[in-house]
Amino acid sequence: MSMSFAEIVEQRQGGSVAVSAGVIPAIKLSTKNLSFFYGETQALFEVTIDIPARNVTALIGPSGCGKSTFLRTLNRMNDIIEGTRHTGTVWLEGADIHDKRVDVVALRKRVGMVFQKSTPFPKSIFDNIAYGPRIAGEKRKKVLAEIVESCLKRAALWDEVSNRLKESALSLSGGQQQRLCIARSLATDPEVLLMDEPASALDPASTARIEDLIFELKENYTIVIVTHNMQQAARVSDSTGFFFQGQLIEMGSTLNVFRRPKEQATEDYITGRFG
Amino acid sequence: MTSANTPLRTPAQSAELLRGHVTVAALKERLIRGVLFLCALVSVITTLAIIFVLVTESIVGVGSNTAFFQDVSVWEFLTETRWTPQYAEQHFGILPLLCGTLLVAGIAALLGLPVGLASAVYLSEYASPRTRKNVKPILEILAGIPTIVYGYFALVFVTPYLIRPVFQDLLGFNVSIYNALSAGIVVGIMIIPMVSSMSEDALRSVPRGLREAGYALGSTKFDVSARVILPAAISGILASFLLAISRAIGETMAVTIAAGQSPTLTLNPFESVQTMTSFIVNVSQGDTPVGTPSYKSLYAIALTLFCMTLAMNLLSHFIMRRFREVYE
Amino acid sequence: MSEQSQPVPHQSDEQSTVNGLQRTNASRSKQRIGVAFEFACRMSTWFSVAVLVVLLAGLIWKSWGWLDADFLTNFDSRHPGEAGIWAGIWGSVWLMFFTMLFSVPIGIGAAIYLEEYAPPTRLTRFIQINLSNLAGVPSIVYGILGLTTFVRMFGAFGANQKVLAISLGFGNLRIPLPLDRTVLSAALTLSLLIMPVVIVAAQEALRAVPGSIRHGSFALGATKWQTIRHQVLPASLPGILTGVILAVSRAIGETAPLLMVGAFMFVTSTPGGIQNPVDLLTNPQGVLDAPFEPFTAIPIQILNWVQHHKHEFEHVAAAGIIVLLVVLLVMNASAVLLRNRYQSKVRW
Repeated sequence: MSMSFAEIVEQRQGGSVAVSAGVIPAIKLSTKNLSFFYGETQALFEVTIDIPARNVTALIGPSGCGKSTFLRTLNRMNDIIEGTRHTGTVWLEGADIHDKRVDVVALRKRVGMVFQKSTPFPKSIFDNIAYGPRIAGEKRKKVLAEIVESCLKRAALWDEVSNRLKESALSLSGGQQQRLCIARSLATDPEVLLMDEPASALDPASTARIEDLIFELKENYTIVIVTHNMQQAARVSDSTGFFFQGQLIEMGSTLNVFRRPKEQATEDYITGRFG
Repeated sequence: MTSANTPLRTPAQSAELLRGHVTVAALKERLIRGVLFLCALVSVITTLAIIFVLVTESIVGVGSNTAFFQDVSVWEFLTETRWTPQYAEQHFGILPLLCGTLLVAGIAALLGLPVGLASAVYLSEYASPRTRKNVKPILEILAGIPTIVYGYFALVFVTPYLIRPVFQDLLGFNVSIYNALSAGIVVGIMIIPMVSSMSEDALRSVPRGLREAGYALGSTKFDVSARVILPAAISGILASFLLAISRAIGETMAVTIAAGQSPTLTLNPFESVQTMTSFIVNVSQGDTPVGTPSYKSLYAIALTLFCMTLAMNLLSHFIMRRFREVYE
Repeated sequence: MSEQSQPVPHQSDEQSTVNGLQRTNASRSKQRIGVAFEFACRMSTWFSVAVLVVLLAGLIWKSWGWLDADFLTNFDSRHPGEAGIWAGIWGSVWLMFFTMLFSVPIGIGAAIYLEEYAPPTRLTRFIQINLSNLAGVPSIVYGILGLTTFVRMFGAFGANQKVLAISLGFGNLRIPLPLDRTVLSAALTLSLLIMPVVIVAAQEALRAVPGSIRHGSFALGATKWQTIRHQVLPASLPGILTGVILAVSRAIGETAPLLMVGAFMFVTSTPGGIQNPVDLLTNPQGVLDAPFEPFTAIPIQILNWVQHHKHEFEHVAAAGIIVLLVVLLVMNASAVLLRNRYQSKVRW
């Protein structure tokens, strides 16, 4: 582990064609002056950010810095919590997601989410994946079976579970469960995948699989990943945002953030002076 | 699926995709929420209906129907010492019934509260986990036995095999076959599980630190239990006592069977008494014509009973809440 | 925490060795109090166990020779040797069926509203406090409520009974107005009585479903009701059922409210004339009539026998009580089995 984060990024980009210099990617999600409150406590302060489409954006920062809260405002999962409110705006492809006419359910279908702790439903593997399409009204067995297969394949889980789709999802290992949750999110055909520390509870081998998966998924999806693991951010992301005390301190290409942080706080965090 | 080459949507397209539409599904969601809310309202309506029924029959009559207290003055109801609705010369004084109720509930409390609390202390402070695991289901069984069974127990076992041998044959009292003591004893047994399980919860929610601090000062187990844990859990225990007494006051079948039906103003536990609840049963069993004062007296008694138990339950509830606030 | 696992040395060792001091008289008497206290607590606990043993032994003794097949299948009789509990069993079966029919859907619905939808308003808090108070209202008060609202319907239909007849093709539904002393009146009353218990039990089961399941479902674009219907309810169903069974088993033993709504002490017929499960299929008119007919129930028959002046009836009563307790035991055992199976099957 003597490699610096910047070296990790460089090494990776040597073999990658994803980010070519000079191309400015289109913006999928953006926020302006987004503040968020749990009752009286303010958790986010005037966050303004642009998240490029079909890229992996990592949000890093010490725990309690607001990065998870921020992530959950992007598909309005925070609405579930009583006594919260926000100011500022979030746009999905230019449309205000807090507009009165917006249907939260439609929003969450476009902006999927994978949680820190895997949350398989206490049902079979098949039913877990088929849940999203089913509640959206898909009843044809053949279509559902196709969706299940393709999602499991994209989540790199098919080979391990194809012969036991009827078994309970709770019988899978932790890493498999998390990949199942990712597959489940893919089944609703989202455009954006929000991942809240998706590998923090997993062993290194499972973590590596999830990271490979993220890398592949960005072909088709816009991915925002919250992580406290800076190596992970360096390995998988194209751009990185650093949160500190509820504020977005710095946002830029992952290489730049790790190699030449503009802010002292970012540098301190990356070099391990706190956090 | 979106592929890498498709361009992003315009804001208008994106907004259209997010828009909520007034669909059948959305209406269904609202309808379901409304139906569920009505289900929750049923419990409120029940309470209102109880109050409405009791009040209209006993305090303010509706239509041509006069209420009990429009025929009988509240003063007579509270101070008259005779309760004789079935006789030609009617008297409606609640005192004999109240006295009978309190006598039975008092005996029940004398037995049930200390025994229940002591077993709570044993289960929470002394018993091994195994004992607790075996004893608690037995208490639950005891709590689940219908009250009519306790009535039978009192009449067929407690009076002839316990009370009469001890108090009549040995001590020379005159024990009636229907007596307040047997009813009080079985009601006391009935409230033991309730006191025990609620008090045990209270004792167990006393923080461990307090216990350890007690032992660290060289206290014996008795000192810690009696001087540290019990006082710390006192409000939870009080709440359980109140609820148990309220239950004893409202208990009907065991008392109807075991204590008899004579509304006498007495504190002699060997005599037959009538409680408020057994009077209500008695009227409903007989052929008292609807609309007469003696029929309506049933509602006046029920209202008194309802108010007494409600007051005790509410008090218990608020004490419990205060208690939880201290430790949670 | 059990005291056994506490690292506290036994008191006598500690006291005799601390500073090498001898035990004083004071500490000795203190110790005696401690021993007496523990003894008292232990005895109090075993008192309950002893009561249960005496109660069961006494019942078996009193019912010995009286509880046989004839007792189960005979109607009541003025001769103790011929009295049976058949009418009571069928009465209780019908009562339980209708009580569950009303109380379970409404109770679960109310619990879902309170746990999943209710905003933290004053009304919600009031409903919640009201629930715990309702659970403490004496059952006889429910009996009076049932007597006034269902049996007499506030006297709104005057002195003469009216009958609302609806033809259903395979039979006629004949609804008496007011409802009078019928199975339905009693079942409605019992439903109100056990509703608070059902609601609270269902609420606990719903609360035990981890929030992550709900969040996972919302994140997939499920609506609130879809989440409840497909995730929360299936996951909490065993817990809810356990609570429902326990609540219903409480209703089976209830006597006072049934007396108030006019259960009959001496009945020699079953509701709708239905006497075995096959009749349910072959006698549709009987099924339609059953809820509107007079009835008795197991505990009511027991009461009748307990209060009977003939001494032998105390044996009949004991036999009836054994039947009632066995029914309760079966229900409670199935609730426990359900709970255990569910706990071992699903781990979050």
